[in-house]
Amino acid sequence: MEGSAGRLAAGAVLPRYEEGDPAVSKQVQQLDRVIIRFAGDSGDGMQLTGDRFTQETASFGNDLSTLPNFPAEIRAPQGTLPGVSSFQLHFADHDILTPGDAPDVLVAMNPAALKANLGDLKKGATVIVDSHDFTGRNLAKAGYADNPLENDSLSEYDVHALELTDMTVGAVKEFGLSRKDAGRAKNMFALGLLSWMYGRPVESTISFLERRFAKAPDIRDANIEAFKAGWNFGETTEAFAVQYEVKPAPMATGVYRNITGNLALAYGLVAASTQSGLPLFLGSYPITPASDILHELSKHKRFGVTTFQAEDEIAGVGAALGASFGGALGVTTTSGPGIALKSETIGLGVMLELPLVVCDIQRGGPSTGLPTKTEQADLLQAMFGRNGEAPVPIVAPQSPADCFDAALEAARIAVTYRTPVLLLSDGYLANGSEPWQIPDVASLPTIEPGFATEPNHTSMKGEPEFWPYLRDEETLARPWALPGTKGLEHRIGGLEKGEGHGNISYDPANHDLMVRTRAAKVAGIARDIPPMEVDDPSGEATVLVLGWGSTYGPIGAACRLVRDAGHPVAQAHLRHLNPFPADLGDVLRRYDSVMVPEMNLGQLRMLLRAEYLVDVVGYNQVRGLPLRAADLAEAITKEITK
Amino acid sequence: MSVSLPMPGVREVPGLAEGDAPQNRKDFTSDQEVRWCPGCGDYAVLAAVQGFLPQLGLRRENIVFVSGIGCSSRFPYYLDTYGMHSIHGRAPAIATGLATARKDLSVWVVTGDGDALSIGGNHLIHALRRNVNLKILLFNNRIYGLTKGQYSPTSEPGKVTKSTPMGSLDNPFNPVSLALGAEGTFVARTVDSDRKHLTSVLSAAAAHRGTALVEIYQNCPIFNDGAFDSLKDRDSAAESIIPLEHGQPIRFGAEGRRGVVRDPGTGGVRIAEDPADGDVLVHDAHAADPTTAFALSRLTDAGVLAHAPIGIFRQVEAATYDDQARDQVTTASSGTPDRTEALAGLLAGGDTWTVN
Repeated sequence: MEGSAGRLAAGAVLPRYEEGDPAVSKQVQQLDRVIIRFAGDSGDGMQLTGDRFTQETASFGNDLSTLPNFPAEIRAPQGTLPGVSSFQLHFADHDILTPGDAPDVLVAMNPAALKANLGDLKKGATVIVDSHDFTGRNLAKAGYADNPLENDSLSEYDVHALELTDMTVGAVKEFGLSRKDAGRAKNMFALGLLSWMYGRPVESTISFLERRFAKAPDIRDANIEAFKAGWNFGETTEAFAVQYEVKPAPMATGVYRNITGNLALAYGLVAASTQSGLPLFLGSYPITPASDILHELSKHKRFGVTTFQAEDEIAGVGAALGASFGGALGVTTTSGPGIALKSETIGLGVMLELPLVVCDIQRGGPSTGLPTKTEQADLLQAMFGRNGEAPVPIVAPQSPADCFDAALEAARIAVTYRTPVLLLSDGYLANGSEPWQIPDVASLPTIEPGFATEPNHTSMKGEPEFWPYLRDEETLARPWALPGTKGLEHRIGGLEKGEGHGNISYDPANHDLMVRTRAAKVAGIARDIPPMEVDDPSGEATVLVLGWGSTYGPIGAACRLVRDAGHPVAQAHLRHLNPFPADLGDVLRRYDSVMVPEMNLGQLRMLLRAEYLVDVVGYNQVRGLPLRAADLAEAITKEITK
Repeated sequence: MSVSLPMPGVREVPGLAEGDAPQNRKDFTSDQEVRWCPGCGDYAVLAAVQGFLPQLGLRRENIVFVSGIGCSSRFPYYLDTYGMHSIHGRAPAIATGLATARKDLSVWVVTGDGDALSIGGNHLIHALRRNVNLKILLFNNRIYGLTKGQYSPTSEPGKVTKSTPMGSLDNPFNPVSLALGAEGTFVARTVDSDRKHLTSVLSAAAAHRGTALVEIYQNCPIFNDGAFDSLKDRDSAAESIIPLEHGQPIRFGAEGRRGVVRDPGTGGVRIAEDPADGDVLVHDAHAADPTTAFALSRLTDAGVLAHAPIGIFRQVEAATYDDQARDQVTTASSGTPDRTEALAGLLAGGDTWTVN
């Protein structure tokens, strides 16, 4: 009983099993990494359970990556396959990049959760099942003709069928809850059991439960008791002979927290506001999976943040653009369907040349598609989804924590170049989480708004005047003159502007010039984005795997598998999708073959082929889930060895 | 030093300093050539606005006009203030963001019957219900002008246009009824050709804190000429215009022989011939309940216009969205003197751990 058990005793919060002889002496086995999936009905609290296990794991010091997966319905019919909600967590003693392909452990709270997830498991995986609902009607709802716990259909797995519900009800009976309420604490029993099994520190979960249910003492106490009972059950039962230990992963020194993409994105926007001195104005309409950013920012009014829940998507972006005209950092957050509605206003922003940050938390499409699932199929919409020649810079984060830096970068480009910028996150980044080394605020970049304060031109009469479209020679950005600035009164609008003076112009040559100038301004951003970083440890790779956005993790994990198998392969990832880094063409041409894995049907591939005439190979899946590293590794290996 | 003005609608907008040269119409006239059709009612409204804005005594640079799309929406280009000619129907949304972000601006929206009531109907009603500090000038010519003559959401039923050769099938919106239905806190109607009335209504709108909607009957000489003739013709105007003045009995017609009285049958109001003084409704624009104002708005003909109340239907004080939104931010940020320090605290919040 060394290692994790000893460490937990130091926590001194759990009642120890004191009766009788500790006959159940447990063996501790070292593992380098584990993938656990908690699955249950959408009302079973699986997201909370997963989140708590994640926090315990984060504070223990493992590297980790998570994948929540839940239905769009708030409470899909109970006990059915569509109602299953799950949370997958991959943690390790080394740095990892993905939530993992196939779970080592499945915790299934009902027959539907077992049936929906079994196919993803590794052979021999541990399956912990609450046997309570494995009865006629519930089995039928999940589509089981026979009880799988009673036949040999699960013989490939290490199955532990336990009466989690009954044990929970028994453990909390002193609190006088109804049987239904008592049974609801079963997720905490399961969490306690898993926490024991993997030697997780538990203090944060107990204090979390104390805070969460502070206003309902009996529920609070029941949940804490269930959690402890789960732990004690693990320690005393003979059903589990082995406790596992996954040592902390070596990480750079610093202070860490676990963070989801949406939270990191919201923090990045707050940071962009403080680093630019511009008050943040968010105009938004609730939409999955972006709403959490609106919720989060609405909590931070003390940073001068205004959040406006608009009547629709169009009003959300319109209000943000209006606020930008007034000198705020205008931001709108949405998902793909919202971008479709905002397109005309984004085009207006291109014409007005005002800063605007448009965050698209992509989800499965087209139309309503798969609201709670992930996809990367809005790239071409972001690139081209407006009337006319309306170029917009595009930035994409590569991991949940990276959403912080991507938001800052989007704001920097928007303010510096006076342009709408599209930030393409996705459902996986939004809800997935990973450890984040908290940055030193002093190290964050500053953003200089550089408002116009004086006339910039002399009229034919020799008087000073203000020309709203007289550009900065280097960046081609126009001056940003705020209402309230004396002497700089001017009118802007969606009609074509005359070069320099900005008055309406229908002149053919002027239009041609302005279209080219707006394009040149966006293309010129390539001058201040860093060159490509290519990871090719052996320096012998002939195949480059290039990605963008949330595929960073799976691509990185796949490349490791390929290299471990003895094949050299190069990996690079794009933060900027428009414009591309200046050296991207050279990088692509350096390899015999370039493979682009995407969660779409080849949108970046299309752009690369069009721009560079390089015969890029695609690897494309639109399953609403992150790419699986093992499958991708196989495809990369095929490409290398063909 | 700027002087703050007594009008609630612009109480936080800097006024001219003592000793500043008084502003005149010319100061508000941009160098752009006005490009409306000869005889367009928009010229009269522009002249009235250019004449009236200097009287507000505000700094020109603190006034912003935001418009949508349509003939009237070219308006901002002709005023030497800050301005934005935006996209179809969205001006109230854009102006909402601007007005919320900047308390020191007087924000005006210029829109038309198609822009405000068709493509932008949603934004209009939501601006009204939120009571954002905006002044909305809705130019109603009951036709689509810029797209060359299709019927609009205020055209009379049966109207024959290019897109309705057998007559329009749509029931029209009554913009005043719609605004009152959204519980607009300032709702008025005026006519392009009556400079004096137009100016008085615009002044009252400017003074109002909250959303002010002013419907301006505006003649389109090309596609809907004479739509408001009954209200403009010297012979018929007295019988057609139902004047609304706060605190005054609502009488009109030759020698005030006609009056507006309560109609117990419908719960609304009706026009009566020679009503007794005691029966004539005394207009109360300040009534908290919009029901009577709505009833008055129903005296407007839906078809060809023979009668229409003109004046301020409703003018009540209510909390505004933008004031309250700013108050929340001010309250929340009062304890955050150093945002950089607060940011460091925010980022390091939640469960953290240290790797040494």
